[in-house]
Amino acid sequence: MVELSLPQNSRVGEGKSWPAATGARLKEFQVYRWNPDDGQNPTVDSYTIDLDECGPMVLDAIIKIKNEIDPTLTFRRSCREGICGSCAMNIDGTNTLACTKGIDEVDGPVKIYPLPHLPVVKDLVPDLTRFYAQHRSIEPWLQTVSPEPQREWAQSKDDREKLDGLYECILCACCSTSCPSYWWNGDRYLGPAVLLQAYRWLIDSRDEATGDRLDNLEDPFRLYRCHTIMNCAKACPKGLNPAKAIAEIKKMMVERRV
Amino acid sequence: MSLRTPLGKVRGLGSAKSGTEHWWMQRVTAIANIPLTIGFIIVLVSLIGADHAAVAARLGHPVIVILQLAFIVSITWHMRLGMQVVIEDYVHHEGWKIACVVANTFFSAAIAIAGIFAILKLGFGA
Repeated sequence: MVELSLPQNSRVGEGKSWPAATGARLKEFQVYRWNPDDGQNPTVDSYTIDLDECGPMVLDAIIKIKNEIDPTLTFRRSCREGICGSCAMNIDGTNTLACTKGIDEVDGPVKIYPLPHLPVVKDLVPDLTRFYAQHRSIEPWLQTVSPEPQREWAQSKDDREKLDGLYECILCACCSTSCPSYWWNGDRYLGPAVLLQAYRWLIDSRDEATGDRLDNLEDPFRLYRCHTIMNCAKACPKGLNPAKAIAEIKKMMVERRV
Repeated sequence: MSLRTPLGKVRGLGSAKSGTEHWWMQRVTAIANIPLTIGFIIVLVSLIGADHAAVAARLGHPVIVILQLAFIVSITWHMRLGMQVVIEDYVHHEGWKIACVVANTFFSAAIAIAGIFAILKLGFGA
């Protein structure tokens, strides 16, 4: 059955409270910490920093913590402008990108946890191995059998517009890890991010493998675990709507048999 | 510990190539349930305070018998489909899951058959 309580070794304890900075605009950050090497349960450490000495985004704050307070704090980050998807984490109860989440959007202490319901590698770094394998399983590349054209595969402007709202996905996994169906059945359900990617190739006018792609998705678990609760659309830091893409896939499934 | 590759695990036993019928019939029965349930409630409310003979006569009327048969079939079918989704969502032990799905089917069929029998009994005036 669904586990309603955390396993013993995942219960989060109180962690270290680091000395507060001095200044006029202090803000507390409560950050999930877990070290795979010390055999201890996870803890939540508290850091207080001066916002006048820090950039505006949550990522700026945790980089400042790592640089100036606690170099052991571990997290992924790269582009710091919402296009690489590396710094996806759970901030103030919502999965989002630390680099596009303003500190001033959070009232009270800023609570930072790794993306939910994934194995944790260390601190804020989740293990995305399965997520990437699921993306690989939908074969996210153009598939054709017609002879290759001399130049590029042509696509009309109207057909290109069908990819808007899909191609922007950066695979940060905020949506999939906000989805209860993905929490309970992530081993078989592909999840909103991967299904949105699947739809991006289903609706691509240049692709010739649409039927095979639908065959591969037509499954009570791979596709039909989506019950359209829309957590995915709410979480997406790029403002996309995976639930709608999944609904479109379901419509295609009906369309080819009715 | 498994040394299977992540892609091998995700591909698993492959796509069931089904599920659309289940999903589609859940929607179709949901649509059917709206007028049928409203009609059923109207019939019930209209019988408040009536004596046994009046109730038996009204429920035995051919039109009401047909509507009630449609109602019981649609609602138990929908119940079975919906409950199966809940079981698949939350029961993760493979053996329990199959047992629950089978029990769900038997339970829904029993409700449907008992309902159909009762409705027909009134309809044929036994």
